[in-house]
Amino acid sequence: MVQPATLTRADTAGLAVSLRAVTKVYDSGVAALGPLDLDVRKGEFVSLLGPSGCGKSTALRLIAGLSAPTSGSIGVARRGGEARGAPGIGFVFQEPTLMPWTTVRENVRLPLKLAHAPAAEANRRVDAALNQVGLAEFAGAYPRELSGGMKMRVSLARALVTDPDILLMDEPFAALDEITRFRLNNDLLALWRNLRKTVIFVTHSVFESVYLSQRVIVMTSRPGRLSAEVRIDAAEPRSEEFRTSADYAGYCREVSNALAPSYSGRAGS
Amino acid sequence: MSSLQTPPLSARRAAPDQAGLCLVRILLPIVVLAAGVAAWELVVRLKHIPPYLLPGPIAVFSTLIVDWTVLSQSLLTTLQTTLEGFIAAGIGGIALALLFNQSKWLEYSLFPYAVILQVTPVIAIAPLLLIYLPQQTAVIVCAWIVAFFPVLSNTTLGLNSVDRNLAGLFQLYGASPTQTLLHLKLPSALPFILGGLRIAGGLSLIGAVVAEIAAGSAGAGSGLAYRIAESGYRLDIPRMFAALLLLSAAGIVIYGLLALVSHLVLRRWHESALGKEN
Repeated sequence: MVQPATLTRADTAGLAVSLRAVTKVYDSGVAALGPLDLDVRKGEFVSLLGPSGCGKSTALRLIAGLSAPTSGSIGVARRGGEARGAPGIGFVFQEPTLMPWTTVRENVRLPLKLAHAPAAEANRRVDAALNQVGLAEFAGAYPRELSGGMKMRVSLARALVTDPDILLMDEPFAALDEITRFRLNNDLLALWRNLRKTVIFVTHSVFESVYLSQRVIVMTSRPGRLSAEVRIDAAEPRSEEFRTSADYAGYCREVSNALAPSYSGRAGS
Repeated sequence: MSSLQTPPLSARRAAPDQAGLCLVRILLPIVVLAAGVAAWELVVRLKHIPPYLLPGPIAVFSTLIVDWTVLSQSLLTTLQTTLEGFIAAGIGGIALALLFNQSKWLEYSLFPYAVILQVTPVIAIAPLLLIYLPQQTAVIVCAWIVAFFPVLSNTTLGLNSVDRNLAGLFQLYGASPTQTLLHLKLPSALPFILGGLRIAGGLSLIGAVVAEIAAGSAGAGSGLAYRIAESGYRLDIPRMFAALLLLSAAGIVIYGLLALVSHLVLRRWHESALGKEN
């Protein structure tokens, strides 16, 4: 496993993730990313927005340590001592990525099981995580018995069960219908307000990124680079009213305009 | 978080005509069988065919009952060989696949030989095995040779079809190789392993029979295949049919048992074991 470098004490002043001139070139020779510089403050909600193939998922995998950068350095703030084995990172994939052969409860328990957490404590935390996503009564169900939105909630609960400082989300709601997606957006915002975790959220939806984030990072494709940054300074808590407000529409226009150059170079699109 | 709507957990309810269809699917083969047996008996009686050419089904059944002590003994012998060959094939196939999964070098060096063993007809290998091994061992080795390959190749396929994101998740949470094997790779491969075992069950019976036939009268064997060969020499055709009937029944039971085990293990989660509606 590729462990990203731990941030030095000086760096950790308020930063959760710090990327410096990070590039990724795949074995096939495709330059997927960078060079990319990115700083994310602790407790911040940042969206990476861009066309498909712009390396936003790659950036997320690099931060998680699932693959190694070709060059550059990645710093991730780690918490001290208390977390044995379990990293301070939770990852939510585009698909729910659940183990179909076991129950919701066992799926959520997985990170704790792998870290050899004591059973009593694991049970307590699994229950808490399931409660957080409103799935307590489905603990004994198998993934196939759940709807797409509920599977995604299980995936979210699994990411939360280790109480990570950083939540990485790779287009988690892309495959859901719009109503479910709106609801999960609201639930995610509520969770973030309560838990104040650092969230890096990858999406290709302008509307989703504006609704959720404090900061939208717009990326261009091949190789993925940072092309614009838009701060969303809307009042909190955000709700459905924000979604229909003029402010929201204005931000969406601004982000869309920032995103336009990313698409202009692509033939036919 | 907001409350959730209850999902249609048990929304699948068989349509009333589904049960009828099921009944027809069971009844039709039985009717065909009964008709076939009746026609067979009728032809034998009307044409006065002597039993050493073609015994009627009633003659076969009475032989089955009269010779039951001999035949049941042979059945047990063959079943025991089959079981031993099957267990060896199951353990050998899964273990080899796990080894191959751990080391590409091992896979590259050994896999071609597994293929060669599989594509060489076992009926041609059996006489050689009988020269070098004691007969009982040779028979089991034969059963193993035919049966281990589907387990090996299916398990390998299963171990290689692990969901990439799930593998990433295990990596993220720092899973040890043993944890990854136990909690990710083996469960992922389970449907494939069970499929391989289902094929292996029938094949180990074939392997056992082939070896018994090859051993023939020279051997001290007493399995069903040996009974068939022996009865052939004696022109005891009804007993040949009776032994064949038992072999066939044994094959069906083995397949049914393995299919049942597979269904019971997978029914809660795997697509193959679910109804079409889901």
